[in-house]
Amino acid sequence: MSVTAGAGRRWSPPPFIPNPWLRHGLTVGAAVYMALALGSLEVNWTRVVEGLGRGWQFVLAFAPPDFVSRRAEIVEGLAESLVMTVTSTVIGIAISIPVGLGAARNLAPPAVYLLCRGIVAVARTLQEVIVAILFVAMVGFGPLAGMLTLSFATIGFLSKLLAEDIEDTDPGQLEAIRATGASWLQLLDYGVQPQVMPRLIGLSLYRFDINFRESAVIGIVGAGGIGATLNTAFDRYEYDTAAAILLSIIVIVMAAEYLSGIIRRRVQ
Amino acid sequence: MAATGADGLLRLEGLAKRYPTGDEALRGVDLAVPAGQVMALIGPSGAGKSTLIRCVNRLVEPTRGRVFLGGEEVTGLGAAALRRARRRMGMIFQEFALVERLTVMENVLSGRLGYVGFWASWLRRFPPGDVEAAFRLLERVGLVEFVDKRADELSGGQRQRVGIARALVQEPQILLIDEPTASLDPKTSRQIMRLICELCEERRLAAIINIHDVGLAQMFAQRVVGLRQGQLVYDGPPAGLTPEVLTTIYGEEDWAQTIRQDDDEGPVRPRAAAEERMAGLR
Repeated sequence: MSVTAGAGRRWSPPPFIPNPWLRHGLTVGAAVYMALALGSLEVNWTRVVEGLGRGWQFVLAFAPPDFVSRRAEIVEGLAESLVMTVTSTVIGIAISIPVGLGAARNLAPPAVYLLCRGIVAVARTLQEVIVAILFVAMVGFGPLAGMLTLSFATIGFLSKLLAEDIEDTDPGQLEAIRATGASWLQLLDYGVQPQVMPRLIGLSLYRFDINFRESAVIGIVGAGGIGATLNTAFDRYEYDTAAAILLSIIVIVMAAEYLSGIIRRRVQ
Repeated sequence: MAATGADGLLRLEGLAKRYPTGDEALRGVDLAVPAGQVMALIGPSGAGKSTLIRCVNRLVEPTRGRVFLGGEEVTGLGAAALRRARRRMGMIFQEFALVERLTVMENVLSGRLGYVGFWASWLRRFPPGDVEAAFRLLERVGLVEFVDKRADELSGGQRQRVGIARALVQEPQILLIDEPTASLDPKTSRQIMRLICELCEERRLAAIINIHDVGLAQMFAQRVVGLRQGQLVYDGPPAGLTPEVLTTIYGEEDWAQTIRQDDDEGPVRPRAAAEERMAGLR
């Protein structure tokens, strides 16, 4: 702090948290918690060394992947997963659009806004696996439970992001359409839809990817699809078949990702 | 000073707007605009100019006061009746407010939304008369070859022309115009103002034009109304804008360069230079 005369004035940006006690207290507190938390994880190094070998054995058991012996089951599982993915994505989008409109503060009256935000909150809080267990209990094992689960999850995801996109639309364009004497539906069609459509398409394709991947996970709890096939393969210790299934999932997800990238670029 | 009593096409009585934030944007404005009159509304930023024209078509809901258009009270109309009333008021915006991802034609035809049903508008099946009117207006504003371009491909001046066509295809009785030239260069500004005034004359339209540029207001308007802190402080001919009046409206400043000398016709050099400088400062 030795400022010689005429050395010019010093400036530093204002701190994010103005109170120095709070600022330094939070830093120290976070560091202490991190140290204690790491200390509480008991790492058994002999077990880790042993386990590394076992882990490697497990990985080796996957090679080479066996696409042949359970071919029929794999194909059936993939087909079921695709059916679940397509139907749940379409149903989810169809429900998300009205919910998303209702959850947009600049379009919906307060009562509708709160209701739709409530729907979004519920759909987002419940994790897919929990919802899947619930639906399996309600409608039994199989792809119907999976489809319902993924539709439900799609609503939480898509309507929230759609609502936020609607809230970000240029109010000037909406104002201009309202000024012509347009009705509410015409306002949606001429003012809102052109502004949100590209993003809605992008999000829908992204959700398609997610739904396919999730279909593999929720299958493990009995909601059908390729996840069920994968679970069976593990139960039978057929790791080579499991490897084939995992590879198929990866290929399909990557193909979907690639396709949706092309489509998204097209619609912008 | 105010032209109350005379029942113009548009009449405002004691119009006031207080925003939820507590800002008193308008404090009891009485104003009458007869059919066919082009009126400039000037005043400093925050004087309530935008609020005033938005209270006329109730994009902003006035807190007090009444608005009459052609004898019908606009304030107090139900939703459906308000939509019908809005058809008679065309609006033109500072940032053009075109729907960017729609084509020029869709933007112009959106001016007919108050007249057609939802399905017809959704399928873009507008009555042939509407489409013909839209084509004629696009020809009039010189953009007919751009019908299928997307609005975001146009330049500022072209966008404002589309905005003008959209307002006029409504077949309005009055235009509410919010800073039509504030996003445009000085030359385009004049062209747009000239176009607006010509169209008003052709169609005997009244217009309220919010405008920052005092020189442009004097050049094009038949009447100038000054607004300061939500109240009318001047109402008279453009020639009446003396330095004293401008000081009342805007506050103390050297106004000698701003006011349009009345030697008229053609761009007189000192005036043009002063305006260009003003425009550059915006």
